Amino acid sequence: MTHEERLAQFMARIERGEKIESTDWMPDEYRITLVKFMQMHALSEVMGALPEKEWVPKAPTLARKLSLMAKVQDEMGHGQLILRVAEDLAKPLGKSREELVGELLTGVCKFHNVFHMPAPTWADAGIIGWLVDGAAVVSQAALLDSSYGPYARVLQRVCAEEGFHIQHGESICLALAEGTPEQRQMLQEALNRWWESLLLFFGPADTNSASATILMKYRFRTKTNEELRQKFFDKYVPRIWSLGLTIPDPDFRWNEAAQRWHYTQPDWTKLKAIARNEGPLSQYRLGLRRMSYEQTKWVREALLGKAGAGAIA
Amino acid sequence: MTDPILALLLYQLADDELVIGHRDSEWLGLAPHIEEDIAFGSIAQDEVGHATAFYRLLSDLGLGVADDLAFLRGAAERRNAVLLERPNGAGTYLQDPAFDWGYTVARRLAYDLFDAIRLECIASGCSYQPLAQLAGKIRREERYHLLHHVTWFKRLAEGTEESRRRLVAGIEQTFLDAGGLFVMTPSDYFPTTSAALLERWTAELRPQFDAVGLPWPLVMPAPALDGRAGQHTADLSALLETMGEVYRTAPGAAW
Repeated sequence: MTHEERLAQFMARIERGEKIESTDWMPDEYRITLVKFMQMHALSEVMGALPEKEWVPKAPTLARKLSLMAKVQDEMGHGQLILRVAEDLAKPLGKSREELVGELLTGVCKFHNVFHMPAPTWADAGIIGWLVDGAAVVSQAALLDSSYGPYARVLQRVCAEEGFHIQHGESICLALAEGTPEQRQMLQEALNRWWESLLLFFGPADTNSASATILMKYRFRTKTNEELRQKFFDKYVPRIWSLGLTIPDPDFRWNEAAQRWHYTQPDWTKLKAIARNEGPLSQYRLGLRRMSYEQTKWVREALLGKAGAGAIA
Repeated sequence: MTDPILALLLYQLADDELVIGHRDSEWLGLAPHIEEDIAFGSIAQDEVGHATAFYRLLSDLGLGVADDLAFLRGAAERRNAVLLERPNGAGTYLQDPAFDWGYTVARRLAYDLFDAIRLECIASGCSYQPLAQLAGKIRREERYHLLHHVTWFKRLAEGTEESRRRLVAGIEQTFLDAGGLFVMTPSDYFPTTSAALLERWTAELRPQFDAVGLPWPLVMPAPALDGRAGQHTADLSALLETMGEVYRTAPGAAW
């Protein structure tokens, strides 16, 4: 069979809605783009543990401490699950987990914009759990139909767990919204701080990046950035209002004629800076990760014997 | 009125678990590899969960709200062993965490074994039924903690020269404070003596050392500070400062 015939067969499978498995033939473009996408997703989960774990030692009740720890642990678990899927797919490219993780530290692999931001109060831990995880579920649920079977299956579990995280975050926000004036103010300030990041989360409406086009072509993704952002508004804006919170955008409104939410554009240059790891806490969080990686290198060496050191991370 | 001997035992149990659970939780996101991060995260949750259950028993005895007992008591009122409040290493979880896995494994092994023996004694001999029942339940989880840290102990001892050296350093550091664990008051609630606890602990731990050819530390000094009597280091004050920071801003409020 020629390459063209194989490719045509592959595309026919994609178009019929079949799932591609890790041992199936696939074009390099599919493999490389997916590895990159899943690598970023996995490492974003791992980096996503850091802003919230800052609040575990300070969580204000025993119950909150327990649920926040469980959530942080889930995020690491998602990182591990997705990394395993990425590792399998990366194997024919000669890439190990060590390299996939190492590329985070060298800046080759990005991590999600929200995890470059500071979380200075307890209310930030609530907003992250509720709205950042809410945004994550909107974008991940859209990938449950992904053409790549192993990823779609892992995402089912990830999305189910994220559902609990949203409840955990919403419960923190609800307690603050119904609390003292200081607690309410802390919550509103946290929303003000996170609003722009939540808009940036979904990416620009008019993205034509090469990888986005490829992901669409292979039906790995089927929804555009703007469709997902609007879906997030549909779901969460009424809830934000019902907590008595103000959306920090005076122009934000439902546009009846266009049947969509109108919002002030965020500063997209910030997303570009974050992509260069020049966000507010990019270097701080990468620094923590790098330091722990280096501090515990001897442990991994002990597990594998010096020769194999680094094959786990 | 609550028997102060029972209350003291409950404070020792609750404070031990909360403080070590706090130290464990500082490792979140920073453990040697992702799988261990997840496993260690479970252990931290278990410890804080056990602390919560012990504080609730104190609460049932009319001694205060569990969260107040956990977050508002000062260092001099804490009854945890000093070993458990020591930091994981240089730096903090927020700034330059040069955490020491060798010390972490050695300390956890020493504590897990002590805790297993303590819980067994309570489960089988404590005259206060709610505590005896709780101890029985908790033992089932603690079994896995002990297994986990015994495994790490072997892996580090038999890994590389460096891992063995770092483990030995961690053991030496642990033994400086380990004596403080055993300062327990015999009673109907805790029908054993400190000497018997220590003897049993030594009898179970020493063969682990022999199996990997590590010398048994001959000296276990008397604790310089008796944590069970409220004598603590500045590290505990700093830990409590952090732990209660948010709660103290509005103690009566719902969080």
